[in-house]
Formats: sequence, structure tokens, C-alpha cells
Amino acid sequence: MTAQTTMLDAEPGSTPIVFEEPRIRSRWSLLFRSGTFWVGAIITGFWACCAIFGPWVVPLDPFADDLMNTLGPPDALHWFGTDQLGRDVFSRVIVGARDILTIAPLATIVGTICGTIVGLVTGYFGGIVDMLVSRVIEVMVALPLIVVALLVLVALGPSTPAVIVVIGLVFTPLIGRTVRAAVQSERDLDYVDAAQIRGENALHIMFVEILPNVLPPILVEMTVRLGYAIFFVASLSFLGFGIQPPSPDWGLAISENYGVIAGGYWWTVAFAAGATGSLVVGVNLLAEGIHGALTG
Amino acid sequence: MIQMEQSPPPALLLDKVDVAYRTRGRDMRVLSKVSIRIEPGEAYGLVGESGCGKSTVALTVLHTLPGNGHVLGGKLEVAGRDLRRLDAPALRHMRAHDISMVYQDAGRALNPSMTVGRQLLEVFEVLGQGGQEAVERAHAMLARVQISGPARVMASYPHQLSGGMQQRVVIAMALAKDPSLLILDEPTTGLDATVEAEVLDLVADLRRDFNSSILFISHNLGAIASICDRVGVLYAGHLVEEGPAQQVFSDPRHPYTASLLRCLPKAGLTKRKSALETIPGFLPPPGAIIKGCCFAPRCSMARQRCHDESPPAYDLGGRQSACHYHDHVDFIAGKDLRPVVVSAPAAARQPALALDAVSKTYHVGGQPLHAVRDVSMTLQPGQTLGLVGESGSGKTTLARLLLGLVAPDAGGRIELDGEALAPTAAERPTEHVKAMQIVFQNPDSALNRAHTVRHLIGRALSRLAGLRGRRLREEMMRLVGAVRLTERHLALRPRQLSGGLKQRVAIARAFAGNPRIVVCDEPTSALDVSVQAAILNLLAELQDQRQVSYVFISHDLGVVRYLADRIAVLYLGRLMELGPAEAVFTGPHHPYTEALLSAVPSHTGRRNERIKLKGEIPSPLNPPSGCVFQTRCPRKVGEICETTEPPMQSEDDHGIRCHIPRAELGRLTPAHP
Repeated sequence: MTAQTTMLDAEPGSTPIVFEEPRIRSRWSLLFRSGTFWVGAIITGFWACCAIFGPWVVPLDPFADDLMNTLGPPDALHWFGTDQLGRDVFSRVIVGARDILTIAPLATIVGTICGTIVGLVTGYFGGIVDMLVSRVIEVMVALPLIVVALLVLVALGPSTPAVIVVIGLVFTPLIGRTVRAAVQSERDLDYVDAAQIRGENALHIMFVEILPNVLPPILVEMTVRLGYAIFFVASLSFLGFGIQPPSPDWGLAISENYGVIAGGYWWTVAFAAGATGSLVVGVNLLAEGIHGALTG
Repeated sequence: MIQMEQSPPPALLLDKVDVAYRTRGRDMRVLSKVSIRIEPGEAYGLVGESGCGKSTVALTVLHTLPGNGHVLGGKLEVAGRDLRRLDAPALRHMRAHDISMVYQDAGRALNPSMTVGRQLLEVFEVLGQGGQEAVERAHAMLARVQISGPARVMASYPHQLSGGMQQRVVIAMALAKDPSLLILDEPTTGLDATVEAEVLDLVADLRRDFNSSILFISHNLGAIASICDRVGVLYAGHLVEEGPAQQVFSDPRHPYTASLLRCLPKAGLTKRKSALETIPGFLPPPGAIIKGCCFAPRCSMARQRCHDESPPAYDLGGRQSACHYHDHVDFIAGKDLRPVVVSAPAAARQPALALDAVSKTYHVGGQPLHAVRDVSMTLQPGQTLGLVGESGSGKTTLARLLLGLVAPDAGGRIELDGEALAPTAAERPTEHVKAMQIVFQNPDSALNRAHTVRHLIGRALSRLAGLRGRRLREEMMRLVGAVRLTERHLALRPRQLSGGLKQRVAIARAFAGNPRIVVCDEPTSALDVSVQAAILNLLAELQDQRQVSYVFISHDLGVVRYLADRIAVLYLGRLMELGPAEAVFTGPHHPYTEALLSAVPSHTGRRNERIKLKGEIPSPLNPPSGCVFQTRCPRKVGEICETTEPPMQSEDDHGIRCHIPRAELGRLTPAHP
């Protein structure tokens, strides 16, 4: 410990000033010691690898029909069985991670950026701006999100960019609320007054002074939202407004095959559902690990 | 320590107690062989700067150390019972009956969702008393702590009471069980001087009525001196000196105690007479392996023996000192301290700052609230204006008006070097913005924790001084050198700096644009006395070099006296007294100033008869008629005070707002800071 204390002579003859070296133990080490984070990272990482390398590693072509072998149960060749068109379910589940893991993160990023801007502006300015925006947010939050999203998608027509924008917009007020609360508590600190006294403009104060200090809650909120976004994309796909056929997307697969579960062909739906569930759980564990490290 | 077998047993006995906190698998020792003995009915003071282990002593006695803290060795007894052998029920019984604790922040010690009465009755319920008897005892207890109208207070929630009142309630709760030991941990920190004096008086009074022994923990030497019989001085977890309070403070036998006392701005000392003494260096971090004397690296009289050999507690007949050279402590006196400010105060020039009839009115639920009312004053270049008053007097609002954070009411005028200032900072030209800067009270809040020192100072330089590139770097090094920081500090973030260093960064930032006026809002009240002395020296030095003017807000009159050339006393947003510092301190005084001055506890134990103010500061929403001070004034003349606002009686540039003729106003004997 004594080695960490350094003594420096400021000027010859002046009082020596001593300071402690920065503590090396950062938030990263706290994060890497969290079991929750690691379990989440492994699950999410597995699906991310599937999304990136899936097409090259799957045993069978996920898009190839085999009308002679529809709805076949799991066996040595088709580990997860085949679907109504005789496509290999295992290969489709692996490759199915690709679309959802593109759309959900992009939508989350759109929502986080918009939400951060809304939160900074309402939290910093307060007053009438805050009141108006907050009422709009309350209205949006009061409506069932999926209904709002469906209405917009019906108007725009379902497409990948449309899904990204819609989910981003739906998340904006939710993230905005979190950011606003964080900004409000920062706003009371003297460094904001100091910036005003220095004659800084509002943009500088919001983005250079306040934003770096509210990044931790934004990061946590973003990972939490990512879990919801995955669920949201799967739901939209299930309803036919998300990812379109012939993609092997999980929500889409459930939607195409849930009619035949009653006939005992459970494998057509169960593995896609399990994949969706595990990814959501993985991302949530990741979020919890990050939250613990940033607040602990 | 000499073992004395006699009855009754001491109220508290710590014998060679070692306490450590376990962090990352290592024991960090925070108390080393601390021995304290408090006899029944005795009041014992524990002083030391932050990080010395004062609060750990309290936690150890209560057996409430945090999870990673544990007692490594030594004997711990409360009223003859060995604390380390007690099982959980016995410990609970002891906490319920024998020990009470009063914490620093009374507002947080009380449960905000329960009435004061409910919380007070809980104490009696734990003792097995209930019903009407408990209610009556609660009333009696509140009366004992001089709360008038106990019934009303019992029905109130904590937030409805003032800070001083809350602290009385907490003390009543602590004393309700007639404990054998009462621990007070910084009970007056954060309270106004007048309220602090009242709480100290109360504790002193109660000592006579109750048999409790007191362990009084404080960094305020004056508070300790006014209450305690004996005092112990802690440094880096070692009890370095112990003895009767009067003796320790008047004739310290350990260099740390002596240095601590010298850091305080002494009576009558000003920046024009001498710089303040400081303690060079830094407290060793917890867990540091200390060879020899723990204070040796910072001690001006340390010799080789001090670095090699750990000093025992030398017995000096009723007192102890852990210094090999305890006989020579008188000689450590100091370095040759020169006056910091040499330039004579120049009058008759154009004032740097002039306020003319400045007011600020807020509206609360349609009612006007006069936060600042009709304040006029001037400040010469290179001079310091001390702004004094209790909380709620409008000091901070006045500072915010100057800085343009809030706009003053129409009609008032603020002039900088003869030019009128726009109401808000956003409307002011760069020239005016950079001329008026601030050093805040709490550097943790004032420095953006996301940025490095380089960014914090660099931004101020580019913004206020308009510098870029190489010239910015050169100026940054000059500025950083001027506040005694080094290039190595530039890469650090605020959380990596100690409180004093953070405040230096804040000062460097304020001086970036070569300001004319710097508002210092309690810049040293969050710092330890040795650090405070260094910061005050720095401020005085910068003032002398740069002819900058300070508006210096502080509740510490000793600090104000050291730095201020002129003093303004505010009460409920009104100027009560304004004049040269010497005149304000020597009198004649406004009755309010007189009360403020008399409230300051002095560590020499000498204290003038305190002038007590009745009641509490009235609500600014409903200020008293006539003179705003009339409801609490000890020298109220009569009806005229209630009907007519007194004029400012001025003589020799010294104005007092009072109906009493100047010649009849009080003068305190100059035993004050």
C-alpha cells in the first residue's frame, strides 16, 4: 500500500503534495467476477456465433425442402426432426438466430439513441418542455406496445427497416424516462452550474458534461431493452408483421408450425421456442451482471 | 496504562484495542493499540482529522462494525462487562439499556415516516414501559432538552422540525434510557454556529443532570474544549496524545496536536499578518505498514529515532504522549511565516464590484419570498468581502445573483468595474463571464467526475481565456503550478484526488480566465483543518498576485476574519451590518453579529458569555414586521422595532442597521477568533 503513495514536490521549497495512485480495481474486474454475467455471456455468445457462422456449420441446408420426409421426428440425420416442408429443424434453429440478432440490437440502438436525447432534453430543461414530452410519453406507455407497433407496421408495410424503426420508437419513451431521472439528479450537482457560469451552451452541458455521467444507467437499460426487443421481434414475426418467409426465424417458425402441435409434432415448435427463451434469458442475465457491476 | 483496581468500574475501557477491516483478503489495520478509559460521569473527547479512525472507535464500542471489520485484540469493557464475550441477547440488552449513540445527521437518524412521539415512545417500549407512563416520560424528556411545547413536537414528523430541533429530539431519545455511556459522533457538524452553541450548551447542562459518561467525537477542537474533561487525539489509528482537555489544548505534548492547533486561524490573525501553518504530507493509507512513529513522515521535529522506533505512550503524570521527544514539542514552532498579502488595500479607486439595491424575490404558492432584499455594497479590487449569516440568510442566493445563475428583481443594479452586468450569465458578454467565477463548497459535486483534471482545467482555459494548442498547454502548466499541483495530476480524475487536491483543481479552474471576482462558497468547510489552512494560504496568495477580489461565504468566523477585508452580515436576506473586518469584529456590533460572535467555541476554552437568541430564524415567507431581527433580538428597544425598519447607521464606512444608537451597541472583548 505504501508503494501506491507517491510523493511529489510541486515546486522547490513548497509543500510536497502526496496523492494516491488510481485504484486498478475497475468496474471491469467486478463484472468479470460476476457469475451471472458469465452465464449470460456464454448463452448470448453461443447464439451470436450461430448467427454469424451458422450458414457454414449447419449439417444440412436449412432451406432445402424434402417433401418425402415432412414432419419427421428427431433421428440421427435430423436431430430436431423436420418441419411441414421436410426442412431440417436443427439447421433452421441454428441459422434462425441470424435475423433476430440483427434486428433486435439495431432496434435497441435506435431506441437508446432517441431515448437518451429525449431524456437529456427533458431532464436538463425541465419546465414546460419536460411537462409536454412527459405527457406524450405517458400516453405512449399507457398503450399496449404491440398494438402501437402493429398499427404503425400496417401503415408502413412490414419490412426489416420498418421493424427496426418501430421497435426503436416504441422503446424511446421507456429509455427516455430512465435517462431523464438520471439527468435530473445530475442537474442538481454544482458542475452543471459551473459550466453555466463558464458560459457553456445547453448542447455542451447536456452531451459533454452530463452524458458521460449517465452512461452507466443507459448501458443497463439498453441491455434490459435488448431482451425485450428479442421477444418483441419474435412476437411480430409470429403475427406475420416481422421477419418474412422463407427466413428460418424462430418466431416465424412457431407461427408456421403451431397448427400441427396438436398432431403430436412438437419438435417443429419446441426447439424454436426454446431458442427464443434461452436467448432472452441469456441477455437478461447479461443485463443483470452489468447492472450489478455498475451499481455495486 | 496503569491498572487501577477501584469501584465502580469505568464506563468505558478500551485497552490496547486493534481493529482491522478486511479488504481483498488483507487486513487493513485502522486502530492500533488504542487505550481509552472513561470514568463514570466523565466526558471524553476524541479528535483527529478524517480517516484517523474516530468513528471506528464508536462502531467498535457499539459492536456495530461493518461486516468486514473485526477486533483483532485488546480488551473492551462497558461498565465492567467484557464486550467481546457477550452473546447476542446480552449485547442487545446492553445496547437497549447502557449505551446510546447520537449520530452526525439528525435528519437521517430519525425515521421520516413516523412522528417524533412514536419514535420516542419506542425507546420506552424497549425498556418495558408503555401507555400513559411512557407518554408522560416522553414529555418530560423533551422538556429536559429544552423543547417548549413537547406535545406539538411529539405530533410532528421529523421534516417539520429544524436541524437544531431534530438534534435535540435525538439527544432526548438517547438520554431517555439514562445510559451509562452516551456516544456523540460529530453531533454539531453541519449546524449553524448559533445552533451548534445551543446544542453544546444543552449537552453541558444535561451532563449535570444525568450520570452518563460521554464519548464526544468531533473534528471541531472548540466543541471538544467546551464540553470535555479529557481529550484523546487520534492520528492514523493511533492514540497519540491524551490528557485533561485544558492541558492538551494549551500545552500540547505531541507534535500532531501542536500542528493541528497551529493550523487554526488564531484570534486576530489575518492574511496581512501571517500565513497559516499547515501540516505537510498526507495521512498514511489504512493498512500501511508503519515503522517507527506514525506521524514521523510529516513531523517537523522528527529525528532518526522516530523513523526507527515506535514510541510507547509516555506517562506524563495524568496525561500521555506517544512522542519520543514530548519535552521538546514547544520548539517545533514554526517555520518563518511571512504575511501572505503585502499590498496595501487600495481604497478610493473604482470598486471592482458594486451592488445597488439588489433584491431577489421568489414566489411560493403566490406568496412573495424575499430571499435577498435591498442589498447595496461595494468591493475594491484585490479585497475580500466576507459574507456571514445563518443558513437561510440569503448568502447563497446573493452569490447566485452575482454569478448570473438567477436573475435579480428589476430595479437592482450589479456593476463590475463600473459596467452594469446583465441579469443572467447567458446574456453576459464573454468579458463579464470570465471576470466572475466561483469555487464551490463541495468539490465532489463541482468537478465533473467523468473528466480528467486536464479536461477540467483545459476546457476552462479554452472557454474563458480563449487559448488553443501550445499556448493553452503553457498556460495550463502555469496555472497548475500556481495551485501547487503537478503535471502528473493532469491525467487523473477527481475521485483519484483527495479533498484538498480537488479543491485546488476547482480553484485553478476558477482562475483560468484571470477573473476579477471569485465567489468562494464555503470553500473549506468540507476539508480538514490542516488542508483548510493550505487552501486559505493559496487563496490569499493568488489574491495578492492577481489582485482578484473574493466574495467569501463562510459560517466559520475565524476563517472569515483571516481572509476578509470587509464583512457583510445578512439576516433573512437583509443586510444587518457592513464594514471593515476589524470594525465588525471589534465593535460596536449589531445585536445579531454580537450573538454570532459569542457563539463561536474556542479551543482555548475561553469563551465569552454566550448571547442566546430566542427561538428560530423566522420563515422568510412571513418575515417579522419592522426590523426582521426583532423577534429574536436580545436588545429589542420596544415598539419601534416592530413597526419601523431601522436605518443603516454609518460611521467610518461601518454601517449597522439598528435603532439603538451606535454608542450604546455592544462590544465584545476581543477574545474571539
